[in-house]
Parts: sequence; structure tokens; C-alpha cells
Amino acid sequence: MEQQAIKEYIAESVDVAVIGAGHAGVEAALAAARLGKKAVIFSVSMDAVANLPCNPSIGGTAKGHLVREIDALGGEMGKAADAVTIQSRMLNRGKGPAVHSLRAQVDRTRYHSYMKRALENQENLLLKQAEIVDIRVENQAVRAVVTAMGAVYPCKTVIICTGTFLGGKIFVGEFSQASGPDGLHAPTRLSESLKQLGMPLRRFKTGTPARVHRDSIDFSQLEVQKGEDPIIPFSYATHIPPENAVDCHIAYTNADTHRVIREHLHRSPLYSGVIEGIGPRYCPSIEDKVVRFQDKERHQVFVEPMGLDTKEMYLQGMSSSLPEEAQIQLYRTVKGFEKLQIIRNAYAIEYDCVDPTGLKPTLEFKHISGLYGAGQFNGTSGYEEAAAQGLMAGINASRLIDGQEGVVLERSSSYIGTLIDDLVTKGCQDPYRMMTSRSEYRLLLRQDNADSRLTPLGYEIGLISEERWKMFHVKQLMLEQEEKRLRTATIAPSEALNERLRQLGTAELRTGIKLAELIKRPQVGYGDIREFDSSRDDAVGADIVEQVEINIKYEGYIQKQLAQVQQMKKMEQTLIPEDIVYQQLDGIRLEAREKLNRIRPCSLGQASRISGVSPSDISVLMIYLAQQKGQAEGMQ
Amino acid sequence: MQEPPFSCKIGDTGYDAFRESCDSGGMEECCVKGTTIAAISTPVGSGGIGMIRISGEEAIAVAERVFHPYGGKELDKQKGYTGCLGKIWDGDEPVDEAIAFVYRAPKSYTGENVVELSCHGGVYVMQRVLRLCLKHGARPAEPGEFTKRAFLNGKMDLVQAESVMQLIQAQGDAAMRAALSTRDGAVSREIEAVSDVLLEQAAHLAAWADYPEEDLIPVDETALQAALAQVEQRLQKLLATCDGGRVVKEGVRTAIVGKPNVGKSTLMNLLAGEEKSIVTDIPGTTRDVVEDSVRMGDLVLHLYDTAGIRDTEDVIEQIGVEKARNVLESTDLVLAVFDSSQELGTYDWEIMETLREKPVIAIVNKIDMPRQLDMDAIEQRFSDVVALSARSGDGMSRLEERIREKIHVDKLDASQPILSNERQRAAVAAALESVTLARGALQGGMTYDAINVELDFALEALMELVGKRVTDAVVDQVFHQFCVGK
Repeated sequence: MEQQAIKEYIAESVDVAVIGAGHAGVEAALAAARLGKKAVIFSVSMDAVANLPCNPSIGGTAKGHLVREIDALGGEMGKAADAVTIQSRMLNRGKGPAVHSLRAQVDRTRYHSYMKRALENQENLLLKQAEIVDIRVENQAVRAVVTAMGAVYPCKTVIICTGTFLGGKIFVGEFSQASGPDGLHAPTRLSESLKQLGMPLRRFKTGTPARVHRDSIDFSQLEVQKGEDPIIPFSYATHIPPENAVDCHIAYTNADTHRVIREHLHRSPLYSGVIEGIGPRYCPSIEDKVVRFQDKERHQVFVEPMGLDTKEMYLQGMSSSLPEEAQIQLYRTVKGFEKLQIIRNAYAIEYDCVDPTGLKPTLEFKHISGLYGAGQFNGTSGYEEAAAQGLMAGINASRLIDGQEGVVLERSSSYIGTLIDDLVTKGCQDPYRMMTSRSEYRLLLRQDNADSRLTPLGYEIGLISEERWKMFHVKQLMLEQEEKRLRTATIAPSEALNERLRQLGTAELRTGIKLAELIKRPQVGYGDIREFDSSRDDAVGADIVEQVEINIKYEGYIQKQLAQVQQMKKMEQTLIPEDIVYQQLDGIRLEAREKLNRIRPCSLGQASRISGVSPSDISVLMIYLAQQKGQAEGMQ
Repeated sequence: MQEPPFSCKIGDTGYDAFRESCDSGGMEECCVKGTTIAAISTPVGSGGIGMIRISGEEAIAVAERVFHPYGGKELDKQKGYTGCLGKIWDGDEPVDEAIAFVYRAPKSYTGENVVELSCHGGVYVMQRVLRLCLKHGARPAEPGEFTKRAFLNGKMDLVQAESVMQLIQAQGDAAMRAALSTRDGAVSREIEAVSDVLLEQAAHLAAWADYPEEDLIPVDETALQAALAQVEQRLQKLLATCDGGRVVKEGVRTAIVGKPNVGKSTLMNLLAGEEKSIVTDIPGTTRDVVEDSVRMGDLVLHLYDTAGIRDTEDVIEQIGVEKARNVLESTDLVLAVFDSSQELGTYDWEIMETLREKPVIAIVNKIDMPRQLDMDAIEQRFSDVVALSARSGDGMSRLEERIREKIHVDKLDASQPILSNERQRAAVAAALESVTLARGALQGGMTYDAINVELDFALEALMELVGKRVTDAVVDQVFHQFCVGK
């Protein structure tokens, strides 16, 4: 039944309107408000602010790097996670500094509360529980957003952070219904508005496992996984680290589990073809795993607590869209899960998102000024990827209003820069997850040096407080001094030291040697010889020692990657004018011309990363740009 | 207020600052070698004079590392527009005499510092000189790159620029076609095959790093080491084939076999063009395996005369066959000499038997004397037979022709393959270096993330040739190969 026409009213004029209050929306709104913009953030439910609808954890490989980078730039995610961490570990210890990654189990409801409070306490920021149904655009620039109840918010910029809500539809076996995650309302009218703005939408899908009752698990059958003490916090501003309060557990699927899955496969919406959305490759459902990797005898299941005040447990590795009946059956085949009680069943969810190649590297839409996209709406997956984009969109929307140049992070500066460059240059065919292997500069972009890389920029943008800036200086100074000391101070041979070196399987010393030289040996960690280092200053923190040690030990590799950066730099800095007409460039092959015209790269560097654009095409483009520049100078 | 330790500009990225912080230990130069380029810049006809052009900031420095003027005045001290005579050196070994012309920026074709080395050598000497330049800091020029630089440095007007763009595109296409052509196809396929081996290892390391909690097959260091060793070996081999083989790079190892007094020494001297070994009619005057290098057009033949003459005939033949066998082990080409004036002896039959698997040219010598030889037997056994008289020189040009044919030299096109080959070669050499470093680091106990940096470098070098990006390829492989995810 058609509703009566809604009477619109002008609610309030703002600078920045953020649609959605998930991880992207929260960072975007906080950044804009902190940069002095009047901002409003809309959510279909205020109880869904910064919800963790999937795993109750923040960080992980490459994602932990993202959180550190968000923090280094002045974002909130790291601090929030630190405040509600209930278990934490540094993953990949022993695999080398490039891939060390922090991952914390967090309390889901407290994470939500923390972020909601952060929004509430933020000056210049309005919180509204409302569904946005329309984005008004005039002359290719955003003018206003409109709520379902007819409130019109005139605004200068809009950031779309709709996550998995927009056009959301969930699937459990034959059952499906329009719904956002965790049973929340899924807006659909905004999709229509976006299509009218000339934005082709596409469908992606993802899924989540069941939440089960802790008391129904026989933990004696499971392996325990403890946190790591002391916890290393995400935020460089967290001085009192959280403590490990819970254990996680590991269970395994078996032949029975796989049999039940195969028996019910025909009832999976994915395999019966009901789901049209494209799912993430890295995040397969348990039925995907069983089908694709048939020779694998068992798959791991991680049992993670959802928080301190609940008995709900998350079963990482058991995402499924099989019917509820099959879910119960298959989960109960796992040793220790025989009496398992499901509280919330697993489901797959399909949602509307855009092709991110329609975005500039500032995350602003190419064809609509002032309109930005961030998070899963842009085709990514994961809380951290969303937050990173939200932060950058919030910064850039604010700068657009002030007439300032947008902030674009280079690939060599950060995982955030890599993420966004990948999205806007190459697009994504399935939900994009950050991985360390996506960066060609892994040894430069470490989680230990995110502040060195990004905090000066965060300060210049205006998101780093004076107090934090001072702290940063002190730390950099200490780093410098410690590195200088290790490179100049010598260590003398002694019986005890040589005994230690023998134990480590490396050559003994005959004469004194620079500490740095000794640390460069792969077998030797600074910790191993620290007691023999007579000039050490015990006040120097472990984080500083670690970073310096990495700089020394991996010097050669770091230099190599820096040289690579330097090589790309000129290309990155050669900008391509926005109004370039590729059709006129005869020297460029048709395929490349078409791609360049669609992506419209900002720099030669970006152009060179577009698939289908060859080195000769780039040469021609380079000459064309030089020619144009020559003409412009000639006219002056 | 205290100066901030970093200068950081928006639109930049804080990268400079970051770099400073990495540098802060007073490391020495971390700058990249400038983009100095080199290429053979004349269409290289066989045996003609050719020119290698080096352009870029480091051009003079690169040239100095390979060229030493006779006068002793360093190139760096030369004025622009001047030339000097000297020698090209590969370490201690002289390669060719050459004239070096120095042009100083901006007064040069490209507008950069330019050195032009004009050598007299043929294709292979030129290629060797170019390679020396590449070894000493230049990189191979892209198609049309000199012209492109000339334009970018304002040495050309706008109308010219238009045609340059089309030229570059045309040459790029040609290079791409060449890479896909049948002749280069084998190299491309091998490069892809090697890339796949590396990719598999890189993907395994990536999955292992990116999915620490999945119970993936652990990285097996022995297998990794073995894979790297395999790749190293294949790249080394590839490098040799990129050269058109050792034959082209180092010359053709050519053995001259034949029974005593068949005219081997005479033939050798004839080829060498001067009297090196004593030639007499008395068997036994050649004392040992004689070695000499002779130039035949673009080609260098390293000749090995295998005769060693002692006392009795039986023993002679015994030793002769053995010696011949030893030398034959490592030769590229055999010249089997038969005496037209005598019937085939045991030794001749032995030789014919031994040479079954070898590229052989049969030479029937002494055609100026009455024939006793059974030519049919020779022609049945060998597909290449040349009749000549070493004494008079009759038939020598036919022999030269046949030698060139046999090792396909005249089928090598002069300019384009060298250009595309140089790029392939540089890429393969770079990949090889990284793989070797990776192996060393692995043995030294370095963490896998560092090993991975080297693997990436190697892959990048190789995959550039097939137009792929490493990170994408690795990520795709991870998903393809491993069961990962929540």
C-alpha cells in the first residue's frame, strides 16, 4: 500500500552529512567534526552504532597495520579497541617485522558504547536515528540529504557509509528476507536515489557464522588459546595497556561435518543460485571450504567470546548459509559441540555497493562534487578497511569545504594509501580485504613505525593534539638517539658473551665490534645481548628498542624498498589534468585509452597501475603531458 | 619552539619524513642509480662500425667504467663535443678499440650527458660493450627512449613530438609482437614457467604471513630452498640462451679432428690467417692440442687441434682418438677432416662413429691431389660436406659459409632482437640476482618477510616482461591455492 506523500521540512544545515554509523561512518563524522565542520551522522538505529556484526575482534594481519595507521593520523578505532580489549595477541611473531600484526578480541557491546559516547561527546556533531532516502544534487554537486520522515538537511558534502545495510537481504537455506545485519532494518530507497544519480550499483555478499551459548560447549574437548602478556595496545596514545581477561578456543571440523554439509549442499542458496552477489574469496563459508578444498580433512573453528557480559560465543571459520536445521546438525558434529545451542544462526547477506573506480583517490565521486563513499559501500570488507576509508573521506570532505587540496596517501606511505589506490585504480571484483601481500613496500609499512610515517601528516591535517605531537617528538628523538648509540657504541668480547653467541649459533667475537654489526646477524636479537651492552639506557622503552633493531637488522632490505619508492616517485608526482581528453591521444592503444578514460587516473604512477595500460602507453602519455605543459608555458 | 624532526607536506605523504627517519643512522647513499640508459644506436650490420649511446646524468661515469682512453685523460675531464681513442675493457680483458665522444648536457641529442662509443666490432662485440655499460650502471633504453628524452628535455618541437609518440607506440607494439613470436616464444614460456615456480613460493609465504591462524601447510624451508635453487639454475640457463647462447657470447668452440697429417694444422692456419703451428709433411710435428681464436665475420671460432703425434702408428691412433674424444666433450662444432688422397682408415671410421651426436662439418681436404677417398661413405654419414684444398685455399669461402649456416648466425637479425633481448636479459639477470640473494638470506637465517622482498623483486623483474603486477598475482594465487578465511 502506497504511503501518503511525506511532507518535507528543512531540519538543519550542516557541512558534512554522514550516512551510516558503522566503522567508516564513525571515523568520518569524528574527523569532520574535529576539523571544525558541523557534521551530522545518521543511523537506522542508534543501537547499531559501531556494531560488530561479525567477529568480535579488531586487527589481524594487515588490518592491525590499518588500525595503527588510523591511530597515527588521529582516528578513533585504536583507542576504542584498547578501551574494550579482552584478549590480545601479536600475530606472526617470528615471521619477521613486516608481518607482525596486532589482533585484539574486543567486547562487542562495550565497543559500541565507547564509540557512541565518543560521538555524543564530540563537539559540532549531531546524532540522528533516521533512514536517509534521498541525496539531492544540483549542478553536479550535493545539496542536501532527506530522511524517510521528510527532514531535509542542506549540506555541503555527503559521505555514504551504508556498509551491508543498503538493499540488505539475508539468506538461511531456502529462507530469505530483506534485512540488514543482526536483524536491523535494511534501507532500500537510497539505492533508487543513487541509481538516479547515475551510480550503477552492484551486489556483493558476505556471511557470518552462528553465535552459540557458552554453556553448551564442552571446552575440555577444545584447545585453549591464551592472550599474550603484556598486551601491546593499538594506540600510540594508550599508556595503560588492557589486560587479558578471556581465553579463546580451537575446535576442528571432521569427516562427519563435511558429510552433513555435502548432504545439504543443494539447499544452500549459494549453490542453488539464489544468491546473485559476489562473495569474498578470502572469507569462504564452511560449505565453500568443503567443496573447494575436498582433500582437506579438517578445518579450524575458533571459539571467541562476544564480550564479558554475555555468554554468546562466535565460531570463526563456520560461516554458513545452509538451512537452520542443517546448521544445527553440522555444528554438533564437531568434537566439543555435541550439545551446542545456537543463539543466533549463521546467515549470508547480500547488499548494494558501488564500483570504486568511480571514485577519486580522495574517495569523492568523480561525477558529483561533494559526494563521498567509504567502507563496504565501496566494495571492501572488514571493520578496519571501512574505518580507514571513513577517516580519509571525513578529512577530505572537510578540506573540500575549506577549499584545500585533498589528502591522498601514497602507496609507499601506508596500507591506507595502498588500499585506496587499489580500490580506485583497479576496482574490486569481490569484497576487498587488506593483506600484507597487497603492499609492495611491506618492510617499510610496518605496524611499529606507523606513527613515524603518518603522525606528522595527522598533525598537519589537524587531528593530532599538541600534547600528542609533543609525545611524538620525544619518541622520535629517543629513536634517533638509540639508533645512533647502537651504531656507534662497541661491545667487547668476553667469555660470557661468546658463550651466548655460541648458543645462538653465530660466530664468537675476537675483537670489539659495533653493537649494530652484532645486531645485524640474523641469529642475534638485541634482547639476547642486551645484558652485555654496557652503555644501554634502561629508560628507553621496548617499542623504541624494537623499532631501532628492525631498522638496523633489515637495513639492506629497507634501502632496497626505499630505492623502489624513489623510482616511482617521479611518476607519482607527474599529475594528469582532470580535463584530459584521451580520445585525442592517437598514440595510445584503443583498449588503454578506454581504460584511462574510465578510471581517469590522477598521476602517471596511478595510470601505470591500471591493468591493460602498457609502458608504451605511459610513454606516450608522458610526452603528451610534457607537450601540454610546454604549450601552457609558451602561452605565458 | 623546537623544529619538528620531519617536514611533511600535504599532498606529499610524509614519506620524505619517513625516509629521513630510516636514514637517521647516517647511512650512506640510498639514492637510486640515475636513470642512465644505453643502447646500440646504429642499425648494426654484420661487421660494420657500430655506436653505443649512453645518455643520462651518469653517462660519463658509466662510460669511464668501460672505456679507457689511450691518452690517459679521464673522460670526465673531456670537454663537450670532443672525442678520444681508447679501449673498451671488460675487467682485465680488452674487448675492442673504440672512439668515445662526449656531449655535455644540454648540448646533446637528448639534452642530457651523452657518451657515444663507436666500436669496430660486429654485432657480438657491440652487444658485449652494451652489456658492459648495463653492468656498470646503465639500463637498457626502451624503444624510442632517446627521442623521448630529447623531447622531454626540450630538444624537439611539438610537431616532431607527435611523430615520436606514434613511433614509440609502433615500436612498443613491434616489441610485443616479437615477444609473442615463435622464435622468442620459447624464452617467454620459460620466463613464465620460472615465474610460476617463484609465484607459488611467494604465494605460500604470503598465505603463511596473511593467515597465521589457518592450519595451512607450513612453509617447508628445504622445499623453499630447493625451489630457489631450481629457479636460480633455470635463470642462469636462460641467461645463456638469451645471449643466443654461449656460442655468441664466448665464441664457437670448434674442434678440428682427423688422422695425422690430414692437414689439420694447415687448415687451422688458413682459418687463423697466419702461421701459428709448424706445418710439415712429417707426421708428428704438431705437439699438443693447439688452441687459437680466429674471427670469421661476426663470429669468433676457438679452434682446437686435437692431434698429438708419437711413435708407432697403432699408438698414434690410440692416443689420437682418445684426445679427440676429450676435446669433443665440450665443443660446439666439429670440423672432421678427411684426406681425399687416401682411402678411409680405421681412424677415420672411429671418428665417424664418435661424431654421431655432434654438429659436424666434414671436410674433404687435398682435393688438388688424385682422389682415393670413398666420398659416398662420407656423404652418407654427414649432411654437411665441404671439399677443399687447405694448401691452396680453394673452397675456403664455402667452408666459412657452411660454418655460419651451421650455427645459424646469419639468421640472427641485427638490431631488433638485440633490443628486445637486452630487456629480457636485464630482467632475467636482475631476477637471478634477487634469487641468489634470497637463497643466501635464507641460508643465513633471515626471516621470511625479508626473503619475500627478494622474491618480489625477482618476480617483478620477470613479470614486467609479461605485463603483470606482482602483488595482484600473489594475492590471486593465495586464494587459488589455499583454503583461508573465517
